[in-house]
Amino acid sequence: MAIKANQTESLYLPDLAEITRAEKLTELEKCFGLKLKNGNELGHKPGQFVMVSVFGIGEAPFSVSSSPTKEGSFELCIRNAGNVTSAIHKLEPGALVGIRGPFGNGFPLDLLSGRDILFVAGGLGIVPMRSLVNYVLDNRDSYGKLTILYGCKTPAELLFRGELERWEKRHDINYQVTVDKPDSSWHRHVGVITTLFPKVTIDPDRTIAIVVGPPVMYRFVALECIQRGIVESRIIMSLERRMKCGVGKCGHCQINGKYVCQDGPVFTLTQLRGLPEGGVIRR
Amino acid sequence: MSLMILEKALFNSFIERLISQSEVVGPKRKENTCAFEVINDPDELFLDYTTTILPPKKYLFPPEETLLKFNLGEVPEVEPVVEIKERILLGIHPCDLWGIWEMDKVFADRNEDTNYLDKREAVTIIGLECLNPDEYCFCTSVETAVPEECQYDLFLTDLGDEYAVIVSSDKGRRLVVGDDAFQPARSSTLAEIKAKQDEKSAKITSTIQMDVSELPLFFDNVYDSPVWESEGKRCYSCGSCVMVCPTCFCFDAVDQMELNLASGQRIRRWDGCMLQDFAIVASGENFRHTAEARLRHRMYRKYQYLMAKYGKSFCVGCGRCGRACLVDINPVSVVNQLIEAGQ
Repeated sequence: MAIKANQTESLYLPDLAEITRAEKLTELEKCFGLKLKNGNELGHKPGQFVMVSVFGIGEAPFSVSSSPTKEGSFELCIRNAGNVTSAIHKLEPGALVGIRGPFGNGFPLDLLSGRDILFVAGGLGIVPMRSLVNYVLDNRDSYGKLTILYGCKTPAELLFRGELERWEKRHDINYQVTVDKPDSSWHRHVGVITTLFPKVTIDPDRTIAIVVGPPVMYRFVALECIQRGIVESRIIMSLERRMKCGVGKCGHCQINGKYVCQDGPVFTLTQLRGLPEGGVIRR
Repeated sequence: MSLMILEKALFNSFIERLISQSEVVGPKRKENTCAFEVINDPDELFLDYTTTILPPKKYLFPPEETLLKFNLGEVPEVEPVVEIKERILLGIHPCDLWGIWEMDKVFADRNEDTNYLDKREAVTIIGLECLNPDEYCFCTSVETAVPEECQYDLFLTDLGDEYAVIVSSDKGRRLVVGDDAFQPARSSTLAEIKAKQDEKSAKITSTIQMDVSELPLFFDNVYDSPVWESEGKRCYSCGSCVMVCPTCFCFDAVDQMELNLASGQRIRRWDGCMLQDFAIVASGENFRHTAEARLRHRMYRKYQYLMAKYGKSFCVGCGRCGRACLVDINPVSVVNQLIEAGQ
């Protein structure tokens, strides 16, 4: 029996992509538009991620922030936090980076069809969430009632403000926002994201909750959703771990027996009940 | 598959012929231990060895290898690199053959890793029955004493004055065809091979107190056992166990630039879930921040997660981790403590 691989291409060879746009969103975050040099669409599903290479510096995973319904380019929103991200932040439109992917399972679109959706985004969680929200809005008739809850630590950290305003103005979305610590310009709701839950009505039998945010947020939001009567198989969470390969080999992203890059990053609460290292539900 | 005999007196010239055709790697004595190294002369071989410091994985999944080469510029030129070397791995014990079987599976699963698989294809494997297990060996507990499903090309069993030679692939056949030293086996040869296997198994003293097939389900019940703390708090997170394990394959990937800052490469190098920073993310959060959690995770990999997926214990019972551990954490001891604590 031959052991040789059936494919000839290396798993680790990136495609080149050009930065078409670089927009500063906050002190730490920039939104980049990219298009593959080979002219192809990225072909991703909302909730998937790509491995971005700055050759000579390294490679790191980033959720795709744009919907696949937006053609011609795709968007990554990147926080300046380490070697690769600070190198990316220095890049101008025209610069070329490496892209591998899309990887991961993405959000369960077939489960969402026809349902009410409760989007709960905390902090940077809005980045992958935006891909799904815009996908749903581009196919609005296929979905029921839409509720978006977005919370950040401070007003300065809110991302995609122009888009948030457009979502808020729409009559077919209930958009609520909060911050933990207001500044002098903030006249809206103050409190952690769970404090937004009393402001919305949801039909638990029709609703799927999509939750993306920092690890500390998941347990509390999961509890809120359960208390509202949403079943655990319809509470969907996107997790994040260290990734060096994106293809289920390097081992860094393991949560118990699962690879976040292959079996995730999107998991149901039911699945997370069997994954204590997910940090969402204690056994 | 065919069975042949090679007289001991003719063994060295067989090895010399192999050395003239290809790079040959075999077990070599190293002070009071043994290591796989390139052999230039059959006299360098130490075939009665118990085990080696590092398993043969270092030839299929080396401590460091290049994945990409790139030239920077307006348009970066990026090329994949797959380093292949034709070589013969000689003298691989059954436990290590199972280690290779398992590495073959994980690198081919779902996404095919050409860096491993192409290297693997270029290698010829000559297995060797183990005659001298020691008190760290426990292949019988994890059913790796007999390499029945393993992919080897030849398998040698020392029967005293001769070697029994199992020829189990075209590659293996090509090594022996036309060489008169290889004679057809006798009717008793198969039984003699089995007798040597049984002799080896009888020498094993370290055993897990549970049938290996029950381990995955058993591990479902011990996630919160106090044994993880009592063993884990002794661990230095040095990663020695990971380095010497035939089935550990976690890796890091880093970019390295030449001094001219115009070209460079991306390499992968060994990493390990037992190391402190393995599960750290950019925000500083460490998703496995205690040695206990890391030890537990590695044991679950070997005896549950990967075992359930591939139907075989991913610990091959070679005992290298127990020998290498600076504080004598031993997998048989850990599992037996878990069993006892549960009673």
